[in-house]
Amino acid sequence: MTDSPAERPRRIVARREGPLLVEGPVEVVLEDGTTVSSDRFCVALCTCRRSRIHPWCDTSHRRRSPTAHPGSDH
Amino acid sequence: MEPVAERPVTEVAEVAGPELPPGRGEISSALIQYLRSTGPLPDETSLAGAEPLGDDLQLALHLCYELHYRGFAGVDGAREWDPDLLRVRAALEKPFLTALRAGATRHDHADEALDELLVEPVDGEGVSHFLQDKGELWQLREYAAQRSVYHLKEADPHAWVLPRLWGRAKAGMAAVEFDEYGAGRAERVHAQLFADLMTDLGLDPVYGRYVDASGAEALAVVNLMSLFGLHRTLRGALVGHFAAVETTSSPGSRRLASAMRRTGAGPAAEHFYTEHVEADAVHEQVVRREVVAGLLEVEPHLDGDIAFGVDATGWLEDRLADRLLEAWRSGRSSLRTPV
Repeated sequence: MTDSPAERPRRIVARREGPLLVEGPVEVVLEDGTTVSSDRFCVALCTCRRSRIHPWCDTSHRRRSPTAHPGSDH
Repeated sequence: MEPVAERPVTEVAEVAGPELPPGRGEISSALIQYLRSTGPLPDETSLAGAEPLGDDLQLALHLCYELHYRGFAGVDGAREWDPDLLRVRAALEKPFLTALRAGATRHDHADEALDELLVEPVDGEGVSHFLQDKGELWQLREYAAQRSVYHLKEADPHAWVLPRLWGRAKAGMAAVEFDEYGAGRAERVHAQLFADLMTDLGLDPVYGRYVDASGAEALAVVNLMSLFGLHRTLRGALVGHFAAVETTSSPGSRRLASAMRRTGAGPAAEHFYTEHVEADAVHEQVVRREVVAGLLEVEPHLDGDIAFGVDATGWLEDRLADRLLEAWRSGRSSLRTPV
């Protein structure tokens, strides 16, 4: 299989807003030297530094508004 | 992600299917008799007079749809394709869909509908906010019991859309579904994780166990998925619905995980939601960038349908939230029968 992840460059999707999307599995080495891993098919890495489950995205980058739109608040 | 290792797995595989629940009116009661082969189908007059979002019609629809999932104990599996029953199902779906289109539609474009969900309310007052801030164990149990109507078949209604998608939309949808189904590991199937949560909460994880306890609002949320999933013509709405769920799930799951932690519900109960915080932050991105964008690329005329799927989901979720919060704020149970 020439298209297996091992034989082609790992794809990372970067946007100005939101997390970096990286094809899994991944190992992330953190500042304190510890390593965390995920074997999900795709992982979302936090870039806004607000995530409470760093290095993974928890959608904390989202804009906040004083009022809830219908259907947005569950 | 920390894989949850070697925890005893709650047994969820049942062969016979759940027992038929009791009826909630003329239509659902007649339907139950028919499924038991002890009576005729509901007549035209009763079908015409049904309240689209009421208990009777929503339970009747639930009964029709369940024949496509696990069926019922003692009901002939061939009823799934019984043309007379399918005709009744169509007569139930029509007013439901009409009520949804009339009540829920707020957007013409998928992007507008979904962008709105990306803004987090500062002082939210939804169900997950309530449960996070002051939810008690009995309220978490009521919430889980009603959500079990979906979560014990999590991702199943959405699998039906796969043959109706192509290219990026199909690949993205299949990838997310693979994750929902445990990425090849039975103990990680999300429906299994929910069964484990139910066990932590002292609930019975048997499929269909809390249908009778669930109100019309809770059944409607699940009927929506089956309606969109079973009809190819509603594939845009199914994709919009799925995108709405994945977009709102991560922050809501964080609050529910915190509610489970605060009340000491148990490790599996907490894990179900912490897994969804992380997984759905990924799914949201994949659904938006690959499934929604991919579908619009191939079938741009489905833009309005995707928006409708988003709007209908939010509308029914808000109705469910109103029922739950109204009951809980006055210290009452939100259920039809106690758990």
